[in-house]
Amino acid sequence: MIEEVLVTARHNPKIDPSLGIWTWEISVYLFLGGMTAGIMLFAAWAMLTRKQEVLAFAHDRFALWAPIALSLGMTTLFLDLEHKLYVWRFYTSFEPTSPMSWGAWILVLVYPVMILQTLSTLRRGYPTLAGWLERIPVGGWVMDLSENWRRTIAALAIPLAVGLGIYTGVLLSALSARPFWSSGALGPLFLVSGMSTAAVIPVMVSRLKGERHFFETTDVGLIFLEVVLVSIFLISLATGAAYHLEALDLVMGGPFTEAFWLWFVVPGLLVPMVLAFLGLRGYRSFGLLASVLVLYGGFMLRYLMVEIGQVSTWTDYAVQFDPQLLERLTQ
Amino acid sequence: MTTYAMVIDTITCIGCGDCVVACKTENKVPEGLNRDWVVEATSGEYPNLHTEFRSERCNHCSHATCVYACPTGASHYWKDTNIVLVAAEKCTGCKACIAACPYDARLIMRPEGYIDKCTFCHHRVDDGLDPACVASCPTHCMHFGMLDNPDSIVSRLLRERRHKALLPETGNEPNVYYLL
Ligand code: SF4
Ligand code: SF4
Repeated sequence: MIEEVLVTARHNPKIDPSLGIWTWEISVYLFLGGMTAGIMLFAAWAMLTRKQEVLAFAHDRFALWAPIALSLGMTTLFLDLEHKLYVWRFYTSFEPTSPMSWGAWILVLVYPVMILQTLSTLRRGYPTLAGWLERIPVGGWVMDLSENWRRTIAALAIPLAVGLGIYTGVLLSALSARPFWSSGALGPLFLVSGMSTAAVIPVMVSRLKGERHFFETTDVGLIFLEVVLVSIFLISLATGAAYHLEALDLVMGGPFTEAFWLWFVVPGLLVPMVLAFLGLRGYRSFGLLASVLVLYGGFMLRYLMVEIGQVSTWTDYAVQFDPQLLERLTQ
Repeated sequence: MTTYAMVIDTITCIGCGDCVVACKTENKVPEGLNRDWVVEATSGEYPNLHTEFRSERCNHCSHATCVYACPTGASHYWKDTNIVLVAAEKCTGCKACIAACPYDARLIMRPEGYIDKCTFCHHRVDDGLDPACVASCPTHCMHFGMLDNPDSIVSRLLRERRHKALLPETGNEPNVYYLL
């Protein structure tokens, strides 16, 4: 037996009794960041393969969703900062050992490419918006420019989007102090999950049956890949050291078992995989339900990962005041 | 890199918490926040129990994962030593360093929001003094000095006594040692 009790109080807010520094703001950011990566990838792919007829939505209208999603994500990321006025400090240095610094600088590269990618599709996809832009001085000129370079921009968007998608997972997996996150599978997992949450958007909003079918098929594949990556993630913890095994216990019989399996794996991965498959067979409402569940699953993945990772730890003090002890004294 | 270490005798420590009070006073740590704390660790099976008291704080790791995780350079090594400090005016409060510290040794400063931690009282070290906790310990169980100097009290104690550091398996190379 070994019991470690704090003699003096250490109730540092958000650190004791267990880490709670990152909450929904970070989960939303990781979710939207992954989705942005997926949107950029599909829009670029449709552009590079010249699929403007078959994948009309992906080719002409999808790109605009990326800056919207990413800007929302950046807003919640900003909300999470504790020392907000100093946010500009991200851009006064580059720290090669810090994944977060890489992330901050990747965003600097992603934003202009993403905006140009959107502008290159605006005239075809959103003529009214393009009309407004035309009226401001350089508006027409930038749109011309991005249209002329649209394939180069799309080609640039692909590696940046992959970087962005993987980064959202590496941000967590690089933090070796939290054993639950110590798995190389997190980067690919978050990228694939981001692609899957992006793929369901055309399934829900595209007017072309062929395009919906294409994205439904893609999504079945992506969800399957996600199931494989979640398994690899769990296996990599199961084959780790004692701290990893303890972290794994959190979802294998421990306090997060129900949340992980019943709130995430079943309704967020397995059920939508079956429903999307049925959707492919022509049951459109199943396909739609699958899409909603994929979005839910994508968010739950981030939410639970952020939550459980913070609970997994190297140090374990009995820091919480236990009122039962006082009761025992008075008995 | 000059390596400063703290060596704490778990045999003579009585868990009085004076080090905690001294730190709060010296560094004006706000109410409800703590840069150091005392742990009572009991091991064994009744009636063969063993208790040790440990005054704990940031380990000023030679391989400080908090410094490596910081995206702005706010968390840094002080003057080519292993003393890890946070420059408040560079800190965004992103909390990556908190997530990166396996010892949970950092805190969020109130009300400002930048990250704070034990500094080994570098302002006192600069004047050739011991950190406030070491200087105030009534049982003199805490010692501070340079590991690079073989004649320093810390080097001598580590040479002569059985000791341990906390969680060396993190790979962080902690520099707070406990005499057993
Ligand atoms: S104990 Fe934590 S805060 Fe202190 S130097 Fe090591 S990693 Fe950083
Ligand atoms: S909270 Fe401050 S000190 Fe910590 S990693 Fe972020 S910028 Fe660096």
